[in-house]
Amino acid sequence: MSSRGSPSCFPEARRVAIFGGTHGNEMSGVTLVNMWIKNRAEIERSGLTARPFITNPRAVEKCSRYIDTDLNRAFTPENLSTPSGDGLPYEVQRAKEINQIFGPKGSPDAYDVIFDLHNTTSNMGSTLILESSTDHFNLQMVQYIKKAMAPESCMVLLNEHPHLKYSTSRSVSKHPIGLEVGPQPQGVLRSNIFESMRAIMKHALDFIELFNSGVEFPACSVEVFRVHERMDYPRDTNGNITAMVHPHLQDCDWEPLNPGDPMFQTFDGRTILYEGVSPVYPTFINEAAYYEKQQAFVTTRRETLAANSIRKTST
Amino acid sequence: MEVVTLPVLHRMAVCGGTHGDEMTGVFLVPELERQRREKGDGIWPIALTTVLSNPRAIKECKRYVEKDLNRCFTSALLSSSITDSTPYEIQRAQELNSLLGPKETEDAIDIICDLHNTTANMGLTVISYSFSNWVCLHLFKYLKEKVTTVPVRLMLLDIPICDAYSLESVSKYGISLEAGPQPQGVVRADIFNFMKEAVNAVMDWIKIFNSGQVIEGGEVESYMVEKSIDYPRDPETQRPSAAVHPQLQDQDFCLLKPGDPMFLTFSGETVKYEGEPRHPIFINEAAYYEKGIAFHLAQKKNITIPSIQAKKD
Repeated sequence: MSSRGSPSCFPEARRVAIFGGTHGNEMSGVTLVNMWIKNRAEIERSGLTARPFITNPRAVEKCSRYIDTDLNRAFTPENLSTPSGDGLPYEVQRAKEINQIFGPKGSPDAYDVIFDLHNTTSNMGSTLILESSTDHFNLQMVQYIKKAMAPESCMVLLNEHPHLKYSTSRSVSKHPIGLEVGPQPQGVLRSNIFESMRAIMKHALDFIELFNSGVEFPACSVEVFRVHERMDYPRDTNGNITAMVHPHLQDCDWEPLNPGDPMFQTFDGRTILYEGVSPVYPTFINEAAYYEKQQAFVTTRRETLAANSIRKTST
Repeated sequence: MEVVTLPVLHRMAVCGGTHGDEMTGVFLVPELERQRREKGDGIWPIALTTVLSNPRAIKECKRYVEKDLNRCFTSALLSSSITDSTPYEIQRAQELNSLLGPKETEDAIDIICDLHNTTANMGLTVISYSFSNWVCLHLFKYLKEKVTTVPVRLMLLDIPICDAYSLESVSKYGISLEAGPQPQGVVRADIFNFMKEAVNAVMDWIKIFNSGQVIEGGEVESYMVEKSIDYPRDPETQRPSAAVHPQLQDQDFCLLKPGDPMFLTFSGETVKYEGEPRHPIFINEAAYYEKGIAFHLAQKKNITIPSIQAKKD
């Protein structure tokens, strides 16, 4: 679509949800959502209802990532259509409930926008996660948030990879957005991280309010980092990790990793180099929860997407 | 100055995974065993036992399964009777006491070096009890000289031995090595490397001591823990209603003075410190939320330690 063409039209986004506690030990979202459940003043905007919601209350109670299985991987078509029953893992049952309330996924009744609040132990700063490169409403929203957050940086991670993308809790909505802020240890609430996430949500809701009031957002470019490959730790024949993220790569999320750069350091001190063909941009470097998912970091490629101009559908 | 004579040190244990999600020890202990397999016992100046203290918690990558193992080593708990309903960690503590102790007896192992991590910005902190003999304080003095990549400090707990609750109190001269900041469940190479350096330095010191050389005394600076401060909490839900203030976050061992910012509430107010000037430690440790601790407060104390010398028995 050319930037001079007519804008893409979307219905007003009236039904908005803010999810916290999808992982029960990621404290910014848990704290913000509990705060907003008690007092909604900060998230009130004309023309929309923003519903704060704790998605995994049992995991929040326990301050663990999940009870039986990762809720943020549970929204698969198989799980959502499986009949309810006693034997179901807690998170699968919960996914079905959430799909009933905020979905059904893929239907016209689904919520317009869902923000899912996460923290990471990786040094990713403020990151917005998209699942589609062709959702122009979302592209415009993240660009708006990035500009509003500046000079504080806000990266956009795009996960459209056929094998690496996963069925998130927010995916029941028409326009899912993941908020990932780090570094923060699990179970810890850091004031600066909390305030960054709070600011992102403020700008996000401002955007939707403006959009719903009829503002047209002109065509723009959005820099994104597209998920390319998952890199696991080196392991021995028993599956045990034999090396750690190298000190030179640790904390260097979003910085280029070139062929020949140090990547891992074995426990006995040897360096393992990155042997890719071209430079990549690693992220989710040394995320605690990903050891069990066989991921030391993901590589991404930098891309510029063209976002169409957007405005709300005239009635 | 008079030289204090102490017995030669014969046996040492390095323990990891006392908290199953503190990963430096979880990985460093098997690495020591791999070195032993590759190069033989001769690489160490002392008989070394390595222990993964809480295997069930390590398997689940959790701090503990039923009860914090590192609070189970009081004399009372070590002598309590075991029934079917006794928490796993109390049973395990008694096993470890048989293996490495018994605590407060002549048979106890000479040195335990227990490896820990914290989410607080504490660099390398040596933790010991104030009843400890000069060996622990000399170990700290040596570590402070040799480990230069991170700040090295000494934290002391003023608790009598029977009430000392942590694993290292089972040995004659026990220390914890606490390294941070590191999230639970994560192993950072930089922290692993300086912890490895520290364990090697402990062994070097033992070699020097056991050789019979006089080890010169001097002044060591310690931080003696006095009390802890909890988060402000919502009276209804008991959940914290504030976070550690950004100006205090990561400032472990700084001097906190009356009027300094301490917490920032979610509604934007600053809660200030009101008390005697003290040094906060363990600022925003993940595992301490459930213990009602935002940070400890300690007083700096200079301790004069004598020169010591090993006397062969």
